Amino acid sequence: MSATYLDAKGRPVVVVTGRGVVTALGAGRTSNWRALTAGRSGLTRISRFSCHGLKTTVAGTVDGLGVEPYSAPALCVAMATEAASEAILEAGIGTPSAFPGALFLATPPAEIEWPQRRQLYAAPSADDARGYRRLLAAARLGRLESAFPEFQFASVADRLSERFGTQGMPVSVSTACASGASAIQLGVEAIRRGDTDAALCVGTDGTVNIETLVRFSLLSALSTQNDPPEKAMKPFSKDRGGFIMAEGAGALVLESYEAARARGARILGVVKGCGEKADDYHRTRSKPDGSAIIGAIRSALADAGTDPGEIDYVNAHGTSTPENDRMEYLSLAAVLGARIATTPVSSNKSMIGHTLSAAGAIEAVFSLLSLEMGFLPPTINYDVPDPDIPLDVVANTGRDAQIRTVLSNSFGFGGQNVCLVLGAEPT
Amino acid sequence: MTAMPMTNGGGGREVWVTGIGLLSSLGEGLEAHWTQLGGDTQLAPSPVIEAARFAPYPVHPMVALDLNRQIPRRSDQRQMEAWQHIGVYAAGLALDDAGIKGDAALSSNTHLVVAAGSGERDTEVDERILELAKACGEGDLPANEILPSALRPTLFLAQLSNLLAGNVSIVHNVTASSRTFMGEEMAGIAAIENAVRRVASGQVAVVLAGGALNAERNDLLLNFELGSMLWSRPYRATWERSDEGGGFVPGSIGAFLVLEARDHAEARGARPHARITGVLSDRSDRTFGAAASSGSRLITRLVRPGDLAGLAVLSGASGVEPVTGDELGLLTSDALGSIRPPIRAYGTALGHGVEAHFPAGVALAALALSKGAFYPPLDAAGIECPTLAKPDRILVTGFGHWRGEGVALLEEIV
Repeated sequence: MSATYLDAKGRPVVVVTGRGVVTALGAGRTSNWRALTAGRSGLTRISRFSCHGLKTTVAGTVDGLGVEPYSAPALCVAMATEAASEAILEAGIGTPSAFPGALFLATPPAEIEWPQRRQLYAAPSADDARGYRRLLAAARLGRLESAFPEFQFASVADRLSERFGTQGMPVSVSTACASGASAIQLGVEAIRRGDTDAALCVGTDGTVNIETLVRFSLLSALSTQNDPPEKAMKPFSKDRGGFIMAEGAGALVLESYEAARARGARILGVVKGCGEKADDYHRTRSKPDGSAIIGAIRSALADAGTDPGEIDYVNAHGTSTPENDRMEYLSLAAVLGARIATTPVSSNKSMIGHTLSAAGAIEAVFSLLSLEMGFLPPTINYDVPDPDIPLDVVANTGRDAQIRTVLSNSFGFGGQNVCLVLGAEPT
Repeated sequence: MTAMPMTNGGGGREVWVTGIGLLSSLGEGLEAHWTQLGGDTQLAPSPVIEAARFAPYPVHPMVALDLNRQIPRRSDQRQMEAWQHIGVYAAGLALDDAGIKGDAALSSNTHLVVAAGSGERDTEVDERILELAKACGEGDLPANEILPSALRPTLFLAQLSNLLAGNVSIVHNVTASSRTFMGEEMAGIAAIENAVRRVASGQVAVVLAGGALNAERNDLLLNFELGSMLWSRPYRATWERSDEGGGFVPGSIGAFLVLEARDHAEARGARPHARITGVLSDRSDRTFGAAASSGSRLITRLVRPGDLAGLAVLSGASGVEPVTGDELGLLTSDALGSIRPPIRAYGTALGHGVEAHFPAGVALAALALSKGAFYPPLDAAGIECPTLAKPDRILVTGFGHWRGEGVALLEEIV
């Protein structure tokens, strides 16, 4: 193996050869990039269900894929299929039904939803049982057997594995809002170990339903700034009030640099490093000293062999919650030092919302597009800067900038923090 | 993953099991399981069954736990539901056994891999909503009137799959990294495989890996009974359900392992239970014969001819058909050469632990190897033959009730 195919630690260099994305802004890289660069928001009033009486009535739903009736796993499969197809097509790898590598999927927890519960409950019951006894009796009679595979945790990965013919046992991962980045990290590690030459890494999330909305609302995590919907998220602003739930999927085809070059693939970027650090402070809050987030950023830089001074741009987690944005700033400042004042930072979530399990994968796709296009999408709704967060926010309009190295942050409830260092092809 | 089986001859680092935390209906900890499973007496254990509470479904209930022993802060206990209590408790036992608990620096450098399913629902709230919804017929679910007042914020945190891992980090300060795998039995296989591959390749030195299942939940039963996967007749051993269509008996299980690079374990003087020489997995589409073919390929790649001497098998068979019959056919065919190794379906005694099942099998394999004896037959039908031979190696199988095939091979450390 030629030395250029190995990184400084002697491991195979892992490159990106395909990218696919679906968000509330649309399906595909082109429509997403057009909207992102124009600073357009995909957040709208929720029409999927009645929001009467709810404090948050806005979301970034994906409604154009013909998933009727809605169920989270069905939408997750549809969006992931769209994004993965686009990524595989761009990579030109394998055949459409035989991907020569493993599947790593970030996907939300799956469980039976209210329509299915109600359908079972409405079925005739011999002894007029109530509650779960009634549900179980109906299930035992096979009343809804066709729905079983959909509500297994393995279902979304299984459908994708079948559709794309990926190799081996598909792996489903959850690190809450860091899941998408974890899926990429799993792919990178598998290629570095030589377990596989290629990996299809996908993050998908389609869980805008009433119960999940209420649950996030009860955690006081959601913005209630419903009017107008496109201004509901204001990352890094003083008047930020929480995040907005959103749907989408992002997909990357990863390959060893050597394998990609050998087949003449176009190199779209390098995953230089991945880093993690778990928090042991609180279930929904990070350590006040930021040590877990700082640890994740530092570990990604160390894994990449990248000096903090080489970070040209930060694709922030930027959830627009009072806590996250402050902690993210403090942690970035701790690692980047004085350079933080002049390192541009964007939160894609200002436009696409918080795509939860998919966020890390979607934002990696956008980071790679920034590298390719030499353009940084804006953080919209940045009208009232927070003096406690003196970041170089790419405010309201995008910026031309030739960059070579991007830091992409993802932090999850439950304290699971994952950072990626993405770079341009080595010259 | 199908590529690259690992073996200790493959140039990678040796992976040792240096800590085990095991909880089930049979008891708490290694000695309780060894005794209850008849390791010394070679007398078949009596399974612990709860037959009434979820009738017609038998389940194996978790032994009573004094949570204060592993989750000292009451505030932490309150933030978790039962599956998290079980998992955090078992994780603590594994860390104690490995001598890691309380060592702040080592805990902070220990990586965490968890296999998890869905968390627990507030079934009483569900039942109230269903009654109200029934009253309003086909109309919109009146959930927006009910849910905001009925749901407890903390319960959401019990529902997120990754929050078992989050709680292990908070209670035991294991923070080097944290990954939660999902996908029923495949979650457990992926967790062990990921941990072993990372240690074997030199990526990391110590991983805490495992999972937990609380079987005593109507919402969990519903998720599986939707596909007619549960055994709904009086309890029978795993292999003895096929003539009634098969099905699994859920078992509350917590199973965590500390997997450690040999050099790291030796340097700190840790005592190993056994060595893991490889873990392999695949996914077949479960058309006729597909699971057996997949399993056969994995076993052929993992168990080399030289590994057959002194081999025993701990089968993770669930009892769901036809896959359980397919697996039994495979294990009693020539897939393992001409030898007929002793086979034990450990789910007969523990119940089926879904995500926690494969980690539990690996734990029981390491326990038997460290004790230098195997378990007595667990069935009454004579499928499992008695043996007094000391096992040198144990093959653990994991054929998911719906999808996923995995195998692990463990060896005695002489």
